[in-house]
This record gives sequence, C-alpha cells and structure tokens, in this order.
Amino acid sequence: MTTLRHEPFLDIARQREADRLGMVVFLASEAMLFGALVMGLLALRTFQPAPFAAASERLNLLAGSVNTAVLLTSSLLVAIGAEARALNRNRLATWMLGIAALLGIAFLIIKGREYYQEYGEGLMPGAGPYQDFGSPGARMFMDGYFVATGLHAFHVLVGVAMLAGCAWRLRRSDPPSKVGIENVGLYWHLVDVVWVFLFPILYLSR
Amino acid sequence: MSRAGLHDASREEAAPLRTPAEAQSYLNDGNSLRSWLLTTDHKRIAILYLTSITGFFAIAATAAAMMRLNLLTPQGALLTAEGYNRAFTMHGVIMVWFFLIPSIPNVFGNFLIPLMIGARDMAFPRLNLASWYIFMAGGLFTLAALIFGGVDTGWTFYTPLSSTYANGNVVLALTAVFIAGWSSILTGINFIVTIHKLRAPGMTWGRLPLFVWTHYATALILVLATPVLTVTLLLVAAERLFGLGIFNPALGGDPLLFQHLFWFYSHPAVYIMVLPAMGVVSELVPAAAHKKLFGYWFVAYSSLAIALVGFLVWGHHMFVSGQSMYASTVFSFLSLVVAVPSAIKVYNWTATLYKGSIALNAAFLFAMGFIGLFVMGGLTGLMLALLAIDVHVHDTYFVVAHFHYIMVGGAVTAYLGAMHFWWPKMFGRMYNEVWGRISAVLVFIGFNVTFFPQFLLGYMGMPRRYHEYPPEFQTLHVLSTGGAGLLGLGYALPLIYLLYSLRHGEPASANPWKATGLEWTVPSPPPTHNFEDTPIVVREPYDYPLSHDSSIA
Repeated sequence: MTTLRHEPFLDIARQREADRLGMVVFLASEAMLFGALVMGLLALRTFQPAPFAAASERLNLLAGSVNTAVLLTSSLLVAIGAEARALNRNRLATWMLGIAALLGIAFLIIKGREYYQEYGEGLMPGAGPYQDFGSPGARMFMDGYFVATGLHAFHVLVGVAMLAGCAWRLRRSDPPSKVGIENVGLYWHLVDVVWVFLFPILYLSR
Repeated sequence: MSRAGLHDASREEAAPLRTPAEAQSYLNDGNSLRSWLLTTDHKRIAILYLTSITGFFAIAATAAAMMRLNLLTPQGALLTAEGYNRAFTMHGVIMVWFFLIPSIPNVFGNFLIPLMIGARDMAFPRLNLASWYIFMAGGLFTLAALIFGGVDTGWTFYTPLSSTYANGNVVLALTAVFIAGWSSILTGINFIVTIHKLRAPGMTWGRLPLFVWTHYATALILVLATPVLTVTLLLVAAERLFGLGIFNPALGGDPLLFQHLFWFYSHPAVYIMVLPAMGVVSELVPAAAHKKLFGYWFVAYSSLAIALVGFLVWGHHMFVSGQSMYASTVFSFLSLVVAVPSAIKVYNWTATLYKGSIALNAAFLFAMGFIGLFVMGGLTGLMLALLAIDVHVHDTYFVVAHFHYIMVGGAVTAYLGAMHFWWPKMFGRMYNEVWGRISAVLVFIGFNVTFFPQFLLGYMGMPRRYHEYPPEFQTLHVLSTGGAGLLGLGYALPLIYLLYSLRHGEPASANPWKATGLEWTVPSPPPTHNFEDTPIVVREPYDYPLSHDSSIA
C-alpha cells in the first residue's frame, strides 16, 4: 500500500484540504478557458442576432437535449459514487462511476453523430461536401460552435478516462479516497456545468 | 552592513571547498543528473528554472543585440526587413514567456515561498516538477520555431497577419506559448494552495512577508488570465490549420476579437511580471534600511488591487483599433485607476527609507534602480492611458520605451536585486560586493541610455518594428545602441562574479544581511527539509532591528 500522506504535509486532513483547494483553483482556471469562448459567442449574438438565431435553428435540438440529460444523469451518478465511497460501499461506488463513464462515452457518440450530420449539411467550416451557412455571421456561429463543443468534448474524454480510472482503482486494495473521488467528481461536474451553459447559448438561441 | 563579501585576496584563498552547511544542504542531497532531473524539492526546481531561463535570456538578448546593431544606420546595418521582423518576434516571445513570466515567480517564488511561510515544500511537489518539464517542452517548441527559420508576426500574434498572411513557423510558436501557459497555470495553483494550506503555526496572513502577498496576487492572475490566452492561441492555430474563420473578416470573423482576447491576458501578464518584482523590492528595502516596512497592509492590499483592476484595463491597447469611444473612455479611466495602488507601493518604500540606517549594498542599489525606472515607466504609462496622447504616440518607440521601463527596468532589475539578496541563501556563498555595486550602477545607467532616447524617438514619430528610419533619427538610435552595450555588460558581469563565488566566495552565514524572515533562520544553503522542526511564528513581519542574528521574524 502506498503512503497516503505526502512530504510537505504534517497531517492527512490538511493534505486532503489542499487537494480539494487545488482542484477548485484549477476549475476556476478551466472556467476562464471556456469563459473566453462564451464571451466571444455573446459578442456575436449582440452584434449579429439574426444570423446567430438562424444558425442556431439548424443545430440538432433533439440530440443536444438528449446529451444534456445524459450528462446531468452521469453527474448525479458520480455524486452518489463519492457518497458511496465515504460509506465504504466501494462496490456501489465502482458501479456508479463505471456507468457515469459509459454515459460520458454515450455523450461523445451522440456528439459525433451530430458532427457527422452537420458535415453532410455543409455546416462544418472548411470541410464537407459543400459549404452552406447562409451568411458570414452564421459561419462565425458555426466556428464558435465547433471550437466550444470540440473543446468541451475533449474535456469529456479526459473526464471519462478519470472516471474509468477511479472505477478501476476502487476494485483494488488501495482504493482512491473520498476526496480523491470527489475531486474527479468536481471535474466532471465542471464539464457538466460548461455544457449547461453551452446548450442554451448554442441550441436554444433560435 | 558588515564587510562580508568585500574583495580580500588573502581570505579568498582560504575559502573552503565545502562548508558543513553545504554538506548537509539540498545542493548535496544527491549529485547525479538523475537526482536533479527527478527532484521534487522546491529549491532544486528553482535552480532548474534558474539555469533554463538564463539560457532563454541569452537567446532573446542576442536577438535584441542584432536589432540594436541593425539600427546603427538609417538603412539597416545588419538584417533584411524580414530578418529584422524575425529578430524582434523571437526577442519578444522568448523574453515575455520564457524569461519574464517565469523569472521571479518560478525561481525565487519556488525557492522562497515555502521557506518564508515555514513549510517543507510546495503543496504539490510533483506538480511543481511537472510544470518545469512542461515549460521546457514549450521552450523546445520555441527553439524549433527559431531553428526552422523563425516567426515574423511580433510577439502579439495579431490577426489577420498571424492567421492568414504570415509565413514562417507561426503554429510552432503558438504551440510553444500554449504549452508554456499550462506550466504557468500549474505554478499558480501550487502557489495559491501552498500559501493557504502550508503556513506554519502563527504565520497569519498579517505576518506573511510581502513577497508572499505579491506572489499570491500573481498566482491569481496566472490561474485566471492564462487560460484566456490558451484558448485564443488555440483559435489562431485552428484558423491556420483547419481554415476556421473566427478572426478572418473575409469569412465573417472579427480580427478585433483577437485583440480583445489577447490583451485580456497580456495586460494582466504585465502584472505577472511586475507584481513579483514589487514583492522583491518590499523585502529588499526594509532589509537595507533596517526598518519596519511602512504601511504593511497598504502594500499587501494594493497587490490584490493591482491584480483585480489589472483585469479591467486591456482596452487601452486598442484606442486606435476602432473600439467605441465610450469603451475607450472607460478603459482610459480604469488605466489611470490602476496606477494608484502602484503609487501607494512606491510611496511606502520611500517612506520606509526615511530615517533608516541604510546599507548601500548591491541588492539595495538594484532595488533603488527598480524604484526609479518603475516610476518612469509608470508615469509614461499614465500618459499612454490618456486618449489624446495615445493616438499621437501609438505604435511608436514611446510605447516601446514605456514597457521596457516596466518590464526590463522594473522586472529584470528586481530579478537581479533578488539574485544578489538571496544568492548567499541559495548557494551559501558571498559574491564580490564591489562588482555587485558596479553592475547595479551599470545596469541603471545602461538602461537609461538605451531606452530614454527611445521616448524621444517615439515622440518625434519613429514607429516601432521598422528596420530602417529617416537619417535625422540616427543620433538617438546610435545612443540607444551604445546604451544597450553598457546594459549588456551590466547583465553579463553578475554571471561571472556570481558563478565565481560558487567556488571561491566566502561562506555565507545564515543571515548575512541581518534581515527578518524565516528563510534567514535556516542555514545557508538550507537543508533539504528546510526546517528541522516546524517553526512557530510569534512576531510581526519586518520587526527591525533584530535583537539577534537568528531571531525569528
């Protein structure tokens, strides 16, 4: 079993507090990463509301809504998983995190199908059989859409890997601590929250 | 001060190869390359940063030397127009992201924050090492961009030049800065968590050295501003690689959006460079005056105020970019506001000196150089914040001179001050004090001779980034190049006498400057674990005069 307490800390409780704070500060940084894109989209909507709405109209609202439900559900499972770990019900925690990771993969598959559909409809900037945006503003909307959702999808991918890793380690003799799982959970909730902002901005501004 | 460190040939011979403190220090805790490259000791990581950024400084300074030599004659003495563009781009990119931003935080912040707050290491030692590797990976991309022919966009990567028109290795350079940004973010997280969670018993927020306060403010900027640059560079790279058009007006994009995003990071980045420098000066001034720092809380909170207001002034880079007059007016006002906390600090340092018994040592001379040059840079910054003057001197040498007074006159001078102040602590040896003073004076004079003429050139209308100029500007350009030579000498000298001191310098005592602060209570150089027992802090910071060399601040 590896040592739990690391060098600079004199007691484990303080180390756990530090781990938590480190994750929170990192998430603040991540929020600024997406914040820049959100502000860019906000500026576009302010200056060119009509093309923005027209482009938003052409996104697949059903796929976006299903994905919202998928991500919110997986976030719930991660929260339950962390509580299960706190109660030492590691088997339950493994299941919860494992299913959450699978939901993350489901999100990516749905997103991928959406991208493919947009590719076919000429909505992917610089790629596809033809380009059909209708207006320069709509093209910029699609630029922003692909960068924001692409960056988000990358975060989903990282989150899935972390959840799967946690689920895997829970089955072994040195399972991750509650704070460890909560930190992964916090990251996953951020991925979730970013989507909660992106979804209405991109899909519902029609 | 004592005469320790003064040149004395007879004693120099007697300098021992290895003192007892050195034998037990972090420097001798394993001598293999592996023990250095896989270390998680914050002090060793600081030394890794010190050596690597010295290398980057040399490369970027070479680029600057080429520019200055080129400008000796009106038609350009050395470089083609294209070569000149590549030289100033490399100079800017490397100096900003691979020297100035990591300089004081990653070398002295890493080394000193745990020592100053009574901790054994940073909160996340492995993350700390990882951030050095990430930084070096970014550095390798920069070197690759340089070796494959360079970049000609300027360090600002303005679109649509960088996204559509520029040839050269723009994507490599963007990747380099992108990667270095992650190193910044990890360092920022480490600082914030360390300062929150690893302070020794009794080390309350009101007892933190101001060096730690300014690094806290810096870390906030690192964590909150850097990701905006990251995503901006990502967008430019996506535009070059995949044909996205976010900044391309032909495709519905908005080049001005790039400037907004870029300066949202890059103006706070100026405070990433100068806040740590202010922290250094806040330590050097009370130590030299042997007096309590005047107005502790004003200096502490003004750091946070600078970090906060610094986020709201980016539009002053865009007064002539066609942003609305109302936006410009607000940004102009906020840019004047951010000068207030900076001025508070300068007044407080000056008030600290009043009636002090001042030791005119090398470190203090560098600190004085900082104050003088920073005031010049700050006051011209106020001029530039005013709309009417900015329209007149925008993109001229006036701007170049202004930000060099802040970044080089301010940050680099403070970096050298820190080097002279903490060198005995880091390596356990005293350097030659006389040479230290000579180089402090050389840097101050050389700097002014280099950059003051550039204020005049700019006011007369010499635009920045031109490789040739009308003949009537030649005198001032030659003066500036001559000053650069002096400045270069001032920077090269410390490299020689500091390295010489490693082997031949007199061993340093634990507290050679009779300064307060926990770092002066441990041996020079410190042992790997910093403190044998966790210190308990019972006194206020800067509690001068010291009753005893080893009394705890």
